Amino acid sequence: MTPLSSYLLLSAFLFCIGLAGALSRRSTILVLIGIEIMLNAANLNFIAFWRYGPNPTALTGVMFTIFSIAVAAAEAAVGLSIILAVYRRTRTTDLENTEASER
Amino acid sequence: MSLRNPVHCVVGLTVGFLGLAALYLQLGAQFVGLTQVLVYIGAVAILIIFAIMMTRSSESAEQQTFSRSWVAGVVIAVAVFAVLGWAIHFGAQTLPTQTATPDLPVQQIGDALLHRFVLPLEIIALLLTAALIGAGVLALQDPAGEKRGQQ
Amino acid sequence: MIVFSTTSAERADQIFVLIKHWLMGYVPAAAQPLASAVLSVTPILLVFPAIFAVTTLLERKGLGRIQNRYGPNRVGPWGLLQPMADGLKSLTKEDIVPTSADHWVHLCAPLLLVIASFLAYAVLPIGRNMVVANLSAGVLFFFAIGALVEVAIFMAGWSSRSKYSLLGAMRAIAQMVSYETPLVLAGLVAVMATGSLSTVSIVEAQAQYSGILPHWFVFTPWGFAGFILFMIAATAESNRSPFDLPEGESEIIAGYYIEYSGFKFALFFLGEYLGMFATSGMAITLFLGGWSAPFSFLTWVPSYLWFFIKLLGITCVFIWVRGTLPRLRMDQLMHFAWRFMLPMTLLNIVAAAAWKFFPAGIIRWVACALFLAVAFVLLTRGLKRRGEIQARQYRFAE
Repeated sequence: MTPLSSYLLLSAFLFCIGLAGALSRRSTILVLIGIEIMLNAANLNFIAFWRYGPNPTALTGVMFTIFSIAVAAAEAAVGLSIILAVYRRTRTTDLENTEASER
Repeated sequence: MSLRNPVHCVVGLTVGFLGLAALYLQLGAQFVGLTQVLVYIGAVAILIIFAIMMTRSSESAEQQTFSRSWVAGVVIAVAVFAVLGWAIHFGAQTLPTQTATPDLPVQQIGDALLHRFVLPLEIIALLLTAALIGAGVLALQDPAGEKRGQQ
Repeated sequence: MIVFSTTSAERADQIFVLIKHWLMGYVPAAAQPLASAVLSVTPILLVFPAIFAVTTLLERKGLGRIQNRYGPNRVGPWGLLQPMADGLKSLTKEDIVPTSADHWVHLCAPLLLVIASFLAYAVLPIGRNMVVANLSAGVLFFFAIGALVEVAIFMAGWSSRSKYSLLGAMRAIAQMVSYETPLVLAGLVAVMATGSLSTVSIVEAQAQYSGILPHWFVFTPWGFAGFILFMIAATAESNRSPFDLPEGESEIIAGYYIEYSGFKFALFFLGEYLGMFATSGMAITLFLGGWSAPFSFLTWVPSYLWFFIKLLGITCVFIWVRGTLPRLRMDQLMHFAWRFMLPMTLLNIVAAAAWKFFPAGIIRWVACALFLAVAFVLLTRGLKRRGEIQARQYRFAE
């Protein structure tokens, strides 16, 4: 396996771990953690293609990753404040809590 | 992702971020690797930690950690991994291979940010400002004030 | 490669580099990178804990004298063997872990803190050609390592499962995160003036002399303001007095490391002081000229000696401030960070940018100094009028 395909495989593996976590955990915060893992896997993909790609001096992969990190940080901040606001209303972070969803 | 305790999950996440930063450094992207540590571990992990600390409903973890439909989630993830793995394996012959590590002083990143990518830079600044204000507004709402208003 | 016909001053200056090259000559070629790394790192691992031991004694005696009493003076002449007694005590004390504590995280937290604190020394140039790792983004690496320290403190506070420790950890992290932004922005002006994130090039840009005066950044208006802001933020980042509410002994009973005893407590102590030295080292690198001598006729003194003299000076100032100023309350801390330090550092960046665009001469000194002074006065007056910063009120017992 070429080094690039091993990095891509690792990135796909991380993405699927994040996806499994985001789809199968009860707590909203853990769903957010899964989303962060997915974003990180995509970043790894970008950097791997930048390094082994045809034109590394164009810096496209690095730039995209930097912006992706910034967007992920902003999204984590907003997502966590939403979780906090929902927690204030329903006193729980459980996604399956039927009492809260009926209110 | 399968740990019971959310704080253990965050510690695992931090270790994952550190590992990814090491991979970025190995791939020759110094700036990105260090920015990853600074932003993800220093800001996102701490945010998640604060959220966990502020939303602890009870000390004992009586609720189950996995949702009722967790099997479906795992099956979907395995299917996605299978598709991606097949794509990587079959495309491996046509993937470009380049062995020379590009030398990347940080100055080039700065130049690129201010010349070629200045529009995304400004948009990101606006986005971060909007996210900051939005997160602050969302988190500052006073539940006691709402209750007083209802009475 | 090694030229032995240099003057004795240059040889004294480069003695450690020469020793390292000589030792590397005995290492087979296959093991060269590993041996080089080990030889670079070992002095850091030996010297800075030794400085930590000396500083604990210096601090206790200094604080004692400020408070009109002797410091420890029973163990050895003038209390000089006190650090050894402290070390023996911490090694032989019983290691008590609460039963409801999370054992793994409880163990990993001090380890992570010490590892992160040691990692920060990798980019500090201690002497001419004496830096462990000459990264092209050295300053960024240093601030990234500071983020790891925050996670370690949270792990310590949360794993003890005690109300005091969790509260102390939350306060400590809030304080460290709030002061990290002014710290990075205050250090940014030196990076702007040099045009590089590499610590070695920042020091080399300051190591020139015009006449007998050096080009240290602290002697410029924006550098002076930046240095003071950096030192205030560094005091807050290391949880030192007057910002030590998260660990104040009389407030919250030692805060986040309340449940630690014996060797782990000593590791926390070590990690905190190492962090203080690392941040002082970065302040020396960014503003005080690193290893360069203060006057051009003093360059015969070896460069590493200048670094440690400056480090000793800053440590004495830390101890002096600790003994003199009372502790800040949590909301006063946070107001100070967000309402004063952050605008001041941003204005400092504007002043540093203006400095670069002015032609060299007296006019840019006057312009930048006036700008910063006016901004400072307006900011403090405005904040005082709004009640954010209050003059300290003293109430004496009648």
